[in-house]
Amino acid sequence: MIGRILRDVPRRTLVLLACFFAVLAAVPFIAGDYVLTILILILYFAYTGQAWNILMGFTGYLSLGHALFTGLGAYSAASLFVHFGVAPWLGLLAAIPIAMAVAGLMGFLAFRFRVSGVYFAILTIAFAEFARIGFDHFAWVSGSSGLFLPVAQYAHNDLWRLRGNPMMFYYIILVATALAFLISYLLLRSRTGYFWLAIREDEQAARATGIDTFRYKMMAVMISAGMTSFGGVFYAFYYNNLFPEQVFHIARSIEIILAPMVGGIGTLFGPIVGAFVLETASEGLRVILEAFGIDVPGIKQVFWGFVLLAIVIALPEGVWPWIARRLGLKERGP
Amino acid sequence: MPLDVYLNVAVGGLLTGLVYGLMALGLSVIFGVVRVVNFAHGEMMTIAMYLAITLFSVLGLDPLVMLVPIAAVLFVFGYALQAKLINSFITRPEHSQFLLLVAIAIILVNGLLIIYGPDARNVQTSYSFDSFEIGRLIIDANKLYAAFAALVVTALLFAFFRFTATGTAIRACADNHTGALVVGLDVKKLYALTFALGSACVGAAGVMLLMIFDVTPALGPAYTLLAFVIVITGGLGSMPGALLGGVLIGMTEALAGLLFQPSMKSMFTFAILVLVLLIRPQGIMGRRA
Repeated sequence: MIGRILRDVPRRTLVLLACFFAVLAAVPFIAGDYVLTILILILYFAYTGQAWNILMGFTGYLSLGHALFTGLGAYSAASLFVHFGVAPWLGLLAAIPIAMAVAGLMGFLAFRFRVSGVYFAILTIAFAEFARIGFDHFAWVSGSSGLFLPVAQYAHNDLWRLRGNPMMFYYIILVATALAFLISYLLLRSRTGYFWLAIREDEQAARATGIDTFRYKMMAVMISAGMTSFGGVFYAFYYNNLFPEQVFHIARSIEIILAPMVGGIGTLFGPIVGAFVLETASEGLRVILEAFGIDVPGIKQVFWGFVLLAIVIALPEGVWPWIARRLGLKERGP
Repeated sequence: MPLDVYLNVAVGGLLTGLVYGLMALGLSVIFGVVRVVNFAHGEMMTIAMYLAITLFSVLGLDPLVMLVPIAAVLFVFGYALQAKLINSFITRPEHSQFLLLVAIAIILVNGLLIIYGPDARNVQTSYSFDSFEIGRLIIDANKLYAAFAALVVTALLFAFFRFTATGTAIRACADNHTGALVVGLDVKKLYALTFALGSACVGAAGVMLLMIFDVTPALGPAYTLLAFVIVITGGLGSMPGALLGGVLIGMTEALAGLLFQPSMKSMFTFAILVLVLLIRPQGIMGRRA
């Protein structure tokens, strides 16, 4: 596997990647908690964006309801922890299958009945909204009054129970992002990956060449959901409180897709680059607004909307393909 | 519960549903012709609602009168949006259009938040608490007027598409884009006009809905979703379908709120959406693509 990566990937890309992750790994030794919390957010969106990208970027099915899978992951692991004291890593054994099962159901209904394009997107919203209202009335997880994880000041980091300081969470999400990147790369270069791209480019032609499109679309939606659910588990243990109104809200789904959309849909670096661009712009704006003493709710989002508008008008394929051309690292293939 | 209660709630849902129908009609017309999904639809409606609040508090205009100027403002807004921005996105992939409209939606929601703050607002007219009694049926005057106005606007739109040359030209664009270009129609201009008409519809619907519900900036996305559910239920691109879907969803919401909990009502509308997508994906009145 490693030999293949070394053979297939351009040397410059590998060096750049190694430097990138090395710098990120070194950050906690130089920077304070403030930078760390922003980086955690960036990596969280890079991770979930990478997971979402498998469905939309590789297979061409737009999901606007991925908050459903982060939410299911968050609630599965958190409720097991709160009720039975099950550690999150074991909770993951419930969270991932639950998210994959729900994704399987959604995918089965959608693909069996040939729901695609805008209709598929609306179906995913409907599932997420259904879950939001359902969890609002789900007493075992405290419904709309919210599920709270016990917060305590731990003297040391408890990696097994995910209780600790930002540095621990930072390394967890960093490793997760790196793994998600690697998984995406391997999937994209596998037989399955090529089938996905064929489906994305022309589904009818793909079916005509004998690809079992139903099966591969099911794989895409379930793998994407399973990966996304880990993001939810991380979210639950990092923030320690869960409200259906927030966790399953459509705004969360849109947050998840913004990074890969801005970075470049269907590219491996897109989600990471997009997350960095968006969060940096957003933090920079906050600093500027604070410096001028402007404190109006909503003003940050308005600026943010304009940034998005500018990116979508000026760089329609995303930021990463543009940077890659500048650096002479044209990503091969898609 | 006595039967009257159900009947009253159902009729209330029907009247609200007609206004929903007009809102969804705007989305449906835009999608049917321009083939762009207006993800800022609900946000545009909240703009109309806040315009109505401003006009009401400054000039004391009756909502039924404000309908005309506010629909006109939204018409201009929609025209400018399509002509300046969306026309250049027509040939772009769906997700690119989506991102454009999401950006616009974000700007609109938060712009309203900056100007008006997060609190719920409404208008109180002289007839806010009036009602008509027909036998054991009690009908809110507000809802009745709003539904009536919605029907009038819908009828005007139908007439426009059916009987005017421009309306026919727009339908030609929807039927066959290349054909419309070949016979020399200015498709981009007609697209802008269509988007403007759809925006005017949602503007009018917003003013009427304000007679029934309060408004907050955060309601924008919720209304966008509602409009989608209605349009897909009725059939994307079908005008009678949007109205029918509006009534169906309006009544479902009202009855679900009565039978279960009001907070659970949208679960039922989403359940209907999922059923329709699976059993009849083109919608109740839609043609198969």
